[in-house]
This record gives sequence, structure tokens and C-alpha cells, in this order.
Amino acid sequence: MESLAFLADGFLVALQPANLMFAAIGVLLGTAVGVLPGIGPALTVALLLPVTFQLDPGGSIIMFAGIYYGGMYGGSTTAILLNTPGEAASVITAVEGNKMARQGRGGPALATAAIGSFVAALIATIGLAFLAPIIVKLAILFGPWDYFALMLIAFVTVSATFGSSVLRGLTSLAIGLWLGLIGIDMLTGQARLTFDVPQLLDGIEVTTLAVGLFAIGETLHIVSRHSIDHGRPMAITGSIWMSMEDWRRSWKPWLRGAAIGFPIGGLPAGGAEVPTFLSYTVERKLAEKPEEFGHGAIEGVAGPEAANNASAAGTLVPLLTLGLPTSATAAVMLAGFQQYNIQPGPLLFTNHPEIVWGLIASLFIANVMLLVLNLPLVGLWVKLLSIPTPWLYAGILVFAAMGTVAANPSIVELILLVIFGVLGFFMRRYDYPIAPAVVGLILGPMADSQLRRALAISQGDPMILLQHPGSAVMIVIAVLALVAPLLFAGLSRFAADED
Amino acid sequence: MDDSKRTPAAYVAAAGLFVMAAITAWDASQMRQVSTYGIGPDYASYLVAGFFAILGIGHVVQGARGKFEKAIAADWSAVGWVAVALAALILVIEIGGGFITAATLLFAFTARALGRRAFLIDLAIGAVLTTLVFLLFNNLLTLALPAGPIERLF
Repeated sequence: MESLAFLADGFLVALQPANLMFAAIGVLLGTAVGVLPGIGPALTVALLLPVTFQLDPGGSIIMFAGIYYGGMYGGSTTAILLNTPGEAASVITAVEGNKMARQGRGGPALATAAIGSFVAALIATIGLAFLAPIIVKLAILFGPWDYFALMLIAFVTVSATFGSSVLRGLTSLAIGLWLGLIGIDMLTGQARLTFDVPQLLDGIEVTTLAVGLFAIGETLHIVSRHSIDHGRPMAITGSIWMSMEDWRRSWKPWLRGAAIGFPIGGLPAGGAEVPTFLSYTVERKLAEKPEEFGHGAIEGVAGPEAANNASAAGTLVPLLTLGLPTSATAAVMLAGFQQYNIQPGPLLFTNHPEIVWGLIASLFIANVMLLVLNLPLVGLWVKLLSIPTPWLYAGILVFAAMGTVAANPSIVELILLVIFGVLGFFMRRYDYPIAPAVVGLILGPMADSQLRRALAISQGDPMILLQHPGSAVMIVIAVLALVAPLLFAGLSRFAADED
Repeated sequence: MDDSKRTPAAYVAAAGLFVMAAITAWDASQMRQVSTYGIGPDYASYLVAGFFAILGIGHVVQGARGKFEKAIAADWSAVGWVAVALAALILVIEIGGGFITAATLLFAFTARALGRRAFLIDLAIGAVLTTLVFLLFNNLLTLALPAGPIERLF
């Protein structure tokens, strides 16, 4: 039970007054920004990264934890009240939650989402605390071939499970990998795809890509549809509290959601979308009143919200123990660590236990703060939704521009931001998922160097990847994960033809 | 196949992917640094170029099968206003006009894109907002935001 001792040390760090304050600021900022429509947790963290730029690493990482959990919470509020999910993972919440809000049951919908998120994040964070040291022990035995194979799994699952088609997901991933090539190659000093622009030698910033694709892209999309769609936030009418009936119907979906979300998030598989859909399906099967589904069933909010949060905490397992981001949010978090030259991975646990365990402890604290602060403050968050759309998105663009020039004051960075924004706009219009591009940018160079390390050891023989049982099994899993959906699609097409 | 839903988007995307593949492969062929053993920095470029080419073929196939649907309608004049907003931002920063002026224009033009007609009021709101942002981030958090004539007054 060494985890408990480490965790106790972590709480000593996290409970210092300054760190408590950082956690509280993070939670409030994260919720406030996350509530804004169209802004999911990934963009919340990316927009707020420059805020933490000049603070000390320990405090800022604790603040990130608050921003991360706060952004998740804020996103579900928007999904319920405005029916504009900020990210794929809250799509399901929007389905049932917005129906509940329309029936005047917005309060209980928000409450079950908040308490469910709390319960699930609590369970998942405990899971993280106990699982992480075990994975770290395993990870120390990993060779470069194992890391490369793990990244292949992450690539495939991130791109094949998001979005409407495998081809679109892989295209988004390819764009990310291509952007990852830009800059000086770490091993040889060779410049790749820099086209003699000196500012490109350092490579593409993950935050610039994320802010461009998400913030500018989303704004362009909203602008292009503004005169056509109209969304108005729902007022919360009736009681904000859950009735006994609501509690009775919610607690099992919370626990089941957590049980579904954490393992899926924890695998190097990524995709908070899968556990929410899975949880929704399970709840509909098990519901006493399945006829309510599609018309505002509380189980349909409780389960997927719990699954969403548990899987978000789960993605911290590969992020912290292996340095492997498997979602857009995790990729942006990794960029946050790297801005302080902190590289997550097994070594972080041995070299900087106070940072890792301080972070894990502050996740618990952020989670409690969210529950205590946010349920009473929900009225305030809803007010944020009544900011007129023109000022809201104009303000988002000002922040996006500020963050980009603050992190890297050069005109090239701003031009890149705009290019990524236009790219994000067209990707949205034609239904290409965004997350694989962000994950590809940060994982691509890592996969590149692991593969080259493996091939340097084998003197150029690629069979080394298959000779080690661990990597061989993982490569087979990656191939199956890529081919299986295509096969299923083929099968269902045949089935449809027979009808 | 419903003709009204036909769109050249798949072929445009495919053409873009082929061009990217060609640029990437060309760039890789120009690399002079090579690894002493193992593989050099060019192989990853060739891998990505190959990946782009395969995806391009995939797009052509899907386009031919009519798998790409026309995108939803867009209000292009509104998008044009955001383009003006972003161009103003870049231009003002480039000529050294400073963050406050650049971001104020960005704010007002973006609000215009979303249907606001009170341009002068939006300029004023933008100026207040961006000045607060500048004071907060530049002075309190000591981030270096681009300074112009207005910023030097603080």
C-alpha cells in the first residue's frame, strides 16, 4: 500500500494554503470558461495555459487539475442548458439533459450530472492512485518497441473511434503527424518541412494548434451558421435539487458509468465518446422506464456524465505513467507539463514524486471543490450563457489571440493560428474529427524517436517490433482495432442489403 | 444517388492530400543529415507522405461512391467579416500597432460578423476589454504582449 503513503505526502503538498488557492482558482476559471458554448475541456486548458505561464510549476500543475475537472463540469452545464455540447463526450448528455431542461427539470439534470461527475471522478482518481504505481513498475521494463506499439494503438483508437468515418479520423491524424514533422529533428539536427522559415525550426506548438482548431475553427463555424441556427439557454425552472426518486434512479448509473469509463479511459485507447455511448446504451437496457429515453430520462444523464468524468480521469493513467496522451485534453495537458520541462512518464514518479502525488491529491481536492462551489453557483454560470453571442465569440477570439502571442510573440505564430482556424472550420463543415490531429501532433514525434531508437538497436531490422512479444501483441491489437470497424461496417452493409 | 447531394469536396480533399504527399516526399528527398546507423530523419517524412497518398486514394474512392455529402449551408459574408477581423489583428501587430489596438479591432469585427450593427459601441467595449486583459496579463502576470503606442503609456 505504498500508494497511501505517497498519497498522504501528496495531500501535504496539495493542502498548503497557496496550493489550495491555486486549485480553487483553477476550478472557478475552468468552470467559467468550460461553460461557454463550444468550449470543451481541451480548449479550456489550452486557452488558460498562458495564464499559468509565469507561475511556479507545482502550483500551476495543481491549477491545471482544477481547470481540467472544472472544464469538464462546465461543459456538461452547457450541454444540458444550451444543447451545444463543447465536445464529443457531452453529446449524449445534451440528448437527455436538454430534454429534461425543456421539461423544467434542468435543476435535477445539472445536479445528477454534478454529483455523478463527483462520484465517478472520486472512484476514478482512487483508481488512478492505485493503478499508477503498478503501471510505472511495468513501464520501466518497456523497450522503445513497446512504446512505439502502444502509440500505434493510441493512433488507431483515437482516429477510428472519433467522428463519422475511419477515413476522416485517419486523415485528421495524418495532418497532426505531418505537423509533428515540422521543425528540427531531435536526433540528427535535420530540419524537416520548415521551408526556410526560422520560426518553424522549433516545431508547431500544441496549444497554437488546439486553440486554432478549436477556438477559431468553432467561431468560424458558429459565425457561418449564426443567421441560420438559434440556440437560447434554457432557464432553470423549478427545484434545483433532486427528488428521492431522482436519487434512487441516479446512483446505480453513476457507479456503472464510473465502472465503464475508467477502464476505457485508462487504456491507451482514448476517446471519451465510447464510454458515454456505452453507458447510455447500458442504462437504456437496464432502465425501469426505457420509454423515457429520448424524452429526458435522468439515467441517460447520470450514467454518461459519470462515464465521461471517469474516463477523463482514466486518461491521466497513461498520461502520467507513460507520458502517452490519448485525448485532445490530455495532449494539451502534456503541453502544459512540458512548458515547465516536466516530462510525464515512469521517471517522473521516481524523480518528482511530490509533483505527481501533489497533482493526484489536488484532483481529489478539485473534485470536492467543484461539488461544493458549483452546485450553489450554478445560477452564476448560467448567467455566463446569457452573454450575447457576438460579444462572447469576439471575446473568445481576443483570448485566443492573447494566449498565442503571449506564449510566442511572433507574427508567424498568429498566421499559423489563423491557418489552423480555417483548417478547423473546414474540418467541422465536412465532419472530420479534430482530436486526432492534436494527438497526432504531440504523439507523432514521440513515435518517431521510439521507432528510431528501436531500429538503431536492431541495426535497421524492422522485425524487432514483432520479435518482442509485448510489442507484437500490441501491434496485432492496433491492426485489429483498425480493421474491425471496417469489417463490421462491411457486415452491416450486407445485413442491410438482405433486408 | 441524389444528384443534389453530390459535391466535389472528396476530390478537393484528395487533391490536397496528394499535394501534401508530394511536398513531404520532396522535402524528405532534400535532407542531407543522415543517421550513422539505424534510420535517418527522412524515413518518417516518407511514411507520412505514403500515408497521405493512401488517404488521398481513399477519398477518391469514397467520392466516386457518393459517400461525401454536401456540407450544410453557410453564411459566407459573415465568415468574411471574421476574415477581416483576423487580418486586422495580424496587420496591426505586424506594423507594431500593439495588442490593444489589434485585439480591439478583432473584437469589433467579430461582433459585426455575428450580426451586431453598433460598430462604435463594440469598438469601445473591445477597447475596455482588451485594455483590462493587457493590464492583467502584461503587468500582473508579466507576459510579454506586443506593445504599441498605447501600451507604452501604461
